[in-house]
Amino acid sequence: MTAATAATAATRAEYCVIACAEAWRGNGEVLASPMGLIPSFGARLAKRTFSPDLLLTDGEALLVGLDGTPEGWLPYRRHLTMVTGGRRHVMMGASQIDRYGNQNISCIGDWERPTRQLLGVRGAPVNTLNNPVSYWVPRHSPRVFVERVDMVSGVGYDRAEAAGVTRFHRLPRVVSDLGVFDFTGPDHTMRLVSLHPGVTVEQVRAATGFELVVADEVPYTREPGAEELRLIREVIDPRGLRDREVRV
Amino acid sequence: MTDKTMTPEEVVGRLGSGMTLGIGGWGSRRKPMALVRALLRSGITDLTVVSYGGPDVGLLAAAGRIRRLVAPFATLDSIALEPHFRAARESGALTLTEYDEAMFMWGLHAAANRLPFMPVRAGLGSDVMRVNPELRTVTSPYGDGEEFVAVPALRLDAALVHLNRADRLGNAQYLGPDPYFDDLFCEAADDAYVSCEQLVETAELAKSGPPQSLLVSRHSVTGVVETPNGAHFTSCAPDYDRDEAFQKLYATTPWPEFAARFLAGGSEHDYQTAIRTWHEEQK
Repeated sequence: MTAATAATAATRAEYCVIACAEAWRGNGEVLASPMGLIPSFGARLAKRTFSPDLLLTDGEALLVGLDGTPEGWLPYRRHLTMVTGGRRHVMMGASQIDRYGNQNISCIGDWERPTRQLLGVRGAPVNTLNNPVSYWVPRHSPRVFVERVDMVSGVGYDRAEAAGVTRFHRLPRVVSDLGVFDFTGPDHTMRLVSLHPGVTVEQVRAATGFELVVADEVPYTREPGAEELRLIREVIDPRGLRDREVRV
Repeated sequence: MTDKTMTPEEVVGRLGSGMTLGIGGWGSRRKPMALVRALLRSGITDLTVVSYGGPDVGLLAAAGRIRRLVAPFATLDSIALEPHFRAARESGALTLTEYDEAMFMWGLHAAANRLPFMPVRAGLGSDVMRVNPELRTVTSPYGDGEEFVAVPALRLDAALVHLNRADRLGNAQYLGPDPYFDDLFCEAADDAYVSCEQLVETAELAKSGPPQSLLVSRHSVTGVVETPNGAHFTSCAPDYDRDEAFQKLYATTPWPEFAARFLAGGSEHDYQTAIRTWHEEQK
């Protein structure tokens, strides 16, 4: 670490950006579909550094380069083809998620008469059966990391196996404001991969509504390089919006 | 050739209670809002609405016109959750048939192609199968033997869509970046009604945009309505953006108050006058 970066140590939000960027490492020429601010900064950082072949959208109907130059047309119907063709890695949000990666964005409570109606399942069912799906949770809490989700929108490992739809099913990782997780625990259960610096295992356990798989020694999420920090701070998010999504 | 121009009232006069209506656009984008407002002025109710839902769903739900909603979501885009859709769901006021976005699209494709269903790799393993127990599955007859959801055709009694330009015959053109699924809605319907920002001569269509912008063809259209600003308050790029200030008002004003001020008039003209007055007051 150089003296310059040591003087301005990475914030929690910046570790989250790094952790999200890592989700797209080695993905090649696929569409990075980030839902939410921190994942979109992560996708841009990945494309600017170690995954230059990634495709990005303008959030409307165009494929665009890092400077916004259009390079392709991606209206909703073609976006859905990219999903089923598998040339996409989406990072979705999750109102609830369980240890097998079942995710809910539809409603809270009984589906017949929900206590809180949310978005609806949107594309989560088709996404999870066709292209890699990661998740981003800006506030890790037992209300989000639950024993059982109320409405399975995105399909987790246990449900995919039971339904025989594992062919293209893959959930690479979950990133929260506390750490990084994957599904390499027994029977594809959620495992703590790394803690963001400043976070303890106990803190993560207390904020998780089910029993997490935790190794004896858990590493910290990797440090951003000096150039990565510069890109995040000066190029990708000069207005510091990342600190509004993750406050520590 | 047949001149298909109509008024919003004439369109609604051809619709009836209990019908299945498809509504084009996506979320809070290019919704046929003038036609939805004409529906609100009518007595038509007990509708099955098929939509990538936005304020079309919210308005009709708030007014108690929807019996069943077929949708993968309802959102105002810049405001994530549609407040009146939420309220209707939380009070049990409407029945929902919840589809994934791709299942929904293939249901429209099936209807447009006169097929009973389309196979889709979506839905299996999710609770869509639990909450829509009438969904069936189908096994590939080829070597892979994979099982798919057989999404039933979403056949519509009528479709309502809004595009940028149209001629009197029913040819219609989108000038924004996304066609959404408006051509599919028209082809999946027994009758389709196209509202447009501007009615032009057929020869003008080719001058406004490239041939592939001619999204809807007259053979799938029953009626054409010229309704300038007719997608308000949703976006209708490039003619206008979403009216964010007004959408916020819609999302935060109690329904009776909103309806009394903006929807009680007898015509689309009254609505457009009311929103102009409101905007004047904000200055």
